[in-house]
Amino acid sequence: MISTPHVDWFALSAPLALLAASGLLLMVAVFVPRRGRTAAAAFTGFAGFVTAFVFAIVLAVKSPHAQTLIHDTMFRDRWAALAQVLIAGSGAVAVLLSVGERWSEEHMAEYYALLTAAGAGMTFFVEASSLLTLFLGLEWFSIGLYVLTAIDIDLIGSLEAGLKYLVVGAVGSATLLFGSALVYGRTGQLSFDRIGAAGHGHDAMLVVGLAMIIAGLAFKSSAAPFHMWTPDAYQGAPTPVTSFMASATKIAALVVTYRVLSTAFPHDQSLWRWTIAGIACASLAWGNIGALVQRNVKRILAYSSISHAGFMLIAVAAANQLGARALQYYLIPYAAMSLGAFAVVAARERELGVPVTLSNLAGFGWERPFLGVAMWTFMLGFLGFPLTGGFIGKFYVFAAAYDHGFWWLIVVGVVATMVSAYYYLGIVRAMYFRERADLTLAPSGGSPPRELVLSAGVGICLVVTVGSFFAVQPLIDAAKAAAHVLPL
Amino acid sequence: MTFDSWLTTILILVPMGGALLVAIAPLPGYWLGSLAALCSLVEVGFWITAAGRFQFGDPSLQLAQHASWFSDLHVSWHVGQFAFSLWLVGMTAVVMAACTIYGWWVGRTRPRLYFALMLFLSGAIVGVFTAQDLLLFYAFFEAMLIPLYLLIGVWGGAGRMRATLTFVVYTVVGSLLMLAAIVVYGLHEHTFDLMQLPQRSSTWLFLGFVIAFAIKAPLFPFHGWLPDAYRESPPEVSAVLSGVISKVGLYGLLRIAIPKFPSVAHDWRYVLLVLASISLIYGSLLAFRAPDFRGVVMYSSLAQSGLIVLGLFAFNDLGFDGAVLQMVNHALVSAALFLLAGMIERRTSTGELRLLGGMARGRPILATLVLTTGIISLAVPLSTSFAGEFLILAGVFQQHWAWAVVGAVGIVLAAMYMLRAISAVLHQDVGSAVPETALDVRAGELAVVAPLVLCLVALSAWPNLISGHAFGAGHARQQVETGLTFPVGWTGYVPLGTTK
Repeated sequence: MISTPHVDWFALSAPLALLAASGLLLMVAVFVPRRGRTAAAAFTGFAGFVTAFVFAIVLAVKSPHAQTLIHDTMFRDRWAALAQVLIAGSGAVAVLLSVGERWSEEHMAEYYALLTAAGAGMTFFVEASSLLTLFLGLEWFSIGLYVLTAIDIDLIGSLEAGLKYLVVGAVGSATLLFGSALVYGRTGQLSFDRIGAAGHGHDAMLVVGLAMIIAGLAFKSSAAPFHMWTPDAYQGAPTPVTSFMASATKIAALVVTYRVLSTAFPHDQSLWRWTIAGIACASLAWGNIGALVQRNVKRILAYSSISHAGFMLIAVAAANQLGARALQYYLIPYAAMSLGAFAVVAARERELGVPVTLSNLAGFGWERPFLGVAMWTFMLGFLGFPLTGGFIGKFYVFAAAYDHGFWWLIVVGVVATMVSAYYYLGIVRAMYFRERADLTLAPSGGSPPRELVLSAGVGICLVVTVGSFFAVQPLIDAAKAAAHVLPL
Repeated sequence: MTFDSWLTTILILVPMGGALLVAIAPLPGYWLGSLAALCSLVEVGFWITAAGRFQFGDPSLQLAQHASWFSDLHVSWHVGQFAFSLWLVGMTAVVMAACTIYGWWVGRTRPRLYFALMLFLSGAIVGVFTAQDLLLFYAFFEAMLIPLYLLIGVWGGAGRMRATLTFVVYTVVGSLLMLAAIVVYGLHEHTFDLMQLPQRSSTWLFLGFVIAFAIKAPLFPFHGWLPDAYRESPPEVSAVLSGVISKVGLYGLLRIAIPKFPSVAHDWRYVLLVLASISLIYGSLLAFRAPDFRGVVMYSSLAQSGLIVLGLFAFNDLGFDGAVLQMVNHALVSAALFLLAGMIERRTSTGELRLLGGMARGRPILATLVLTTGIISLAVPLSTSFAGEFLILAGVFQQHWAWAVVGAVGIVLAAMYMLRAISAVLHQDVGSAVPETALDVRAGELAVVAPLVLCLVALSAWPNLISGHAFGAGHARQQVETGLTFPVGWTGYVPLGTTK
């Protein structure tokens, strides 16, 4: 008779809610008649994410003290719960963006099942407190995303993107696994706390393991030089999937990176601090320079997401309470802006039926004023302009870097922001400054589809982007409560 | 909470709220314009109320409001006005109202976005002039760029793409340098409140601020964005750029760069004075050679920025008082001239001086307006510009007589370029681009420009209204050099060199 550990089911409520939704969706795929299937599937997926969202908020409120569960394999604390709130929120918005997708109506239920399953994996991943659950969570959501990337087989480039993401992602996972094995071999421990307690600085094997874990996680947060898959996968995947990858995957990967590094490797802090700072600089440089020459809007946004990974890694490199707070805050407007920007791209894509480039965005701002203004706000938010949370986020990141004395990272960040002005404002320029006459490719006739659900999703993103500028205090308080969990 | 403490906030929120209202109000285009015009007039009304409630004898911050924004980094919504900020806000309200109403009168296309942006821009500018928290100041400073980018890019002339690109590149570079300086300064002192930030002697921080402000002003050699932006914008946006936006840079020098870094500013004064002199002479020469009317006005603003910086870095009462007066003068003058340039361009579809001429005959109102404004701008004695420039020259003379010589040369050049432009437009033979049927200034246009000119005439009668009431109880120098903080029980002057 094996003694089973006590399980705090409530701590796992968010992944469980999403798993339940996923299971329900598979039933929907079979039992609901074809006519109402798409609507039922979308509703179930949305309900799943909203339930997880609510559970995560309740969990955050009810977990004032951090604790570990199930033989130190899972954390129940606010750091994870806040990330779960963001992931579930991103997922819910991603469902809203998916509703209008035309492709493969009969597979819509399976699509949502995969989306919720990937969401479940991410919410599980952020709670991980041992190398085993870490790897389990990573693979769980990654496999979901591999399939989602390639799900629209009629779309040119989708299969290629899926394959590329699969191959590169598998290398990333393998690297992480190998690194974990080295760390386990050295310390004999799996849980982060005990690795931290057992390890000591300047141990070659541990350092190699640490480097491989950082590399494995950086693949997921698409930080340079582990970003190669990002532009192709973002471009090839169906746009709602891209939006989910850009927001939720990044949230999960960065939050876990901060936790693993600070909890399991406190002895090598100065080492990983400089490594992360280097990765941040590389991401900022590569992301921004790469974006300058792109014409495809999804690719521009993909490079932009690489550069934002760089910004958020500055907060990680700072390795202080302010940095942890900055990361959790930054993720809120960042997730909203990414989702919103890809949503607007999706709307244009459905209207034209071809990939969205800078030249066929011409006149978009005048044709669809709400989406135009929203896109413009998201671009300014990415750029870090006031009246969006992006401004406060960058400010906090710089503050964290300064607090640690990494003032040169501020300089790098400022230069990167200057460069990024070119392509973010380039999108605004494409939407507003050119007339429809410049548009060589006419929409197929009639007024564009109204897409109320997508507009609602964009509206939510807009409210979060602008609202996070005004309501800094409550959001920072939440981020502060979450950051206290980390031993910094 | 009294009405007084809300007044500054109201001055910011009225145009911002108006912008939101215009953006969503279900009205046809013409009504949107009238709604925006109404908002801008309400703003002027609130400013008059504020001026009436202002205690000009009191050098401390007035009409102030303070509320925490996020506490862990000590950032707050702190707005309020000194006497000189009050005048700059008034100037903003008046010029923005004139420009908004002009935009309504000429019937700009896509009115919803146009008027929303114009109102948003006025709110942001008032915010810059009244923000007493560095981060808030920066937020408003950056927020100005967004409407300007679109106003130039959407409603500008044929070369607007290039114009917006250079404008954005220059501005973003400057403002991000300032952001870095703000982060370092504020975090080091554990507050971003301008009323509490102590004075520092860091050259790097000083330069971070000064470059941002020098780009905005603009000052030689940071004026590369100016020709394209001023020429390609719609005339009322050029008026805003040259009249109001450029004052933001000069205000920044007066409110932040000099008071917070007095010893560094003192050490670097020769650099700034030299750059200001070059701007003045070089701008005047370019204005003299400019082929079009807008070119003359635009390079004259470069020259005037130089002159005002001369006044600021004279570091004495006369210089500071004169600089504030001249900021208001130049805002009114250049706004009026750009709007007049717009009116001339509407009639002749060109601004090129060689194609213009003889417009005075049969167009008495246009001739009167151009001549009056032009004469005031070249600082003829008894005009308010004369008072301002005289104060600046007298102030900078105390630094060294050579600077005053430069200033005097600049004033002579101003007479040359301005008279050349006036004569080329109004007099001489009738230009090939001037149709016989070109109308005189219409009632609507007169209603836009006349208030600006009347303000100038009134100030000419009583320039002391501003120069004598810009720094509370006088002693501008000691107020600026003590950091413009005025804690309770403030007694006075700490000589230079003894501050930190």
